[in-house]
Amino acid sequence: MLTVQFLLLSAILFAIGVYGVLARKNAVMVLMSIELILNAVNLNLIAFAYRLQSIDGNTFALYVIAIAAAEVGVGLAMVLLIFRNRRSIALDELSEMKG
Amino acid sequence: MVAADLLVAQNIGFGVIALLMIVGALRVVTVKNVVHAALWLVIVLSGAAAQYLLLSAEFVAVTQVLVYVGAVMVLFLFGTMLTRAKIGAEADLDNKNWGIAVPVSLVLLGVTSWVLIDGFGDERLPAPDEAAPVPVQVLSDDIFGPYLVPFWAISFVLLVAIIGAIVLARKD
Repeated sequence: MLTVQFLLLSAILFAIGVYGVLARKNAVMVLMSIELILNAVNLNLIAFAYRLQSIDGNTFALYVIAIAAAEVGVGLAMVLLIFRNRRSIALDELSEMKG
Repeated sequence: MVAADLLVAQNIGFGVIALLMIVGALRVVTVKNVVHAALWLVIVLSGAAAQYLLLSAEFVAVTQVLVYVGAVMVLFLFGTMLTRAKIGAEADLDNKNWGIAVPVSLVLLGVTSWVLIDGFGDERLPAPDEAAPVPVQVLSDDIFGPYLVPFWAISFVLLVAIIGAIVLARKD
């Protein structure tokens, strides 16, 4: 196996996730795209842990998974709150703080 | 790349899983139905777990299945259920200016893959039989040894996230 094949897969997933964050309007879909990005990062960490035969990448990936779980929990609670107040989770309608 | 390398079982497995993951990820960001997007995301996350197995990170793969495919996906489906009036296809899931996102992500992909190919080229990973396995004991020694303080921080972050989610989502 080549190193670059895992890194390229990770880069493709990252770019797709960035597209999703920028293009999607539904807040839940944006959170899903953020999960894609975090998974791309995890794949990179594991690939480098294997390449360097070091355990630290696995530890970092576990920490990233824990942070992602916390982020989804709080993010979905916030989306729920926005939905309860406005009956919509379309992100382009949340423009009160626009300068 | 030598042609014989392509016949290695790991490479075939990698190719099949990578193709599934890319198709799944593209469907996540293009599909018109939020529930379907969540189910396509399951394919991407399970594929990532399979790639971790290829890279001999068994514990992280199991954690990925437990946390992502198990817990996070249930959270997503609940969030979809609680915030959407209708189940089915929706026409306006994309921003007005989604067209800008296409060149942005394409440029990002182009630059990163150019740098990666330039930097790593045809460098090989260690073969699976010469790579040392990752026992869970070593992993736990790493977490509870040099990375103990980040572990405490993670515990605190999770506690804050639980309390914050309850406070935010509570009806009062």
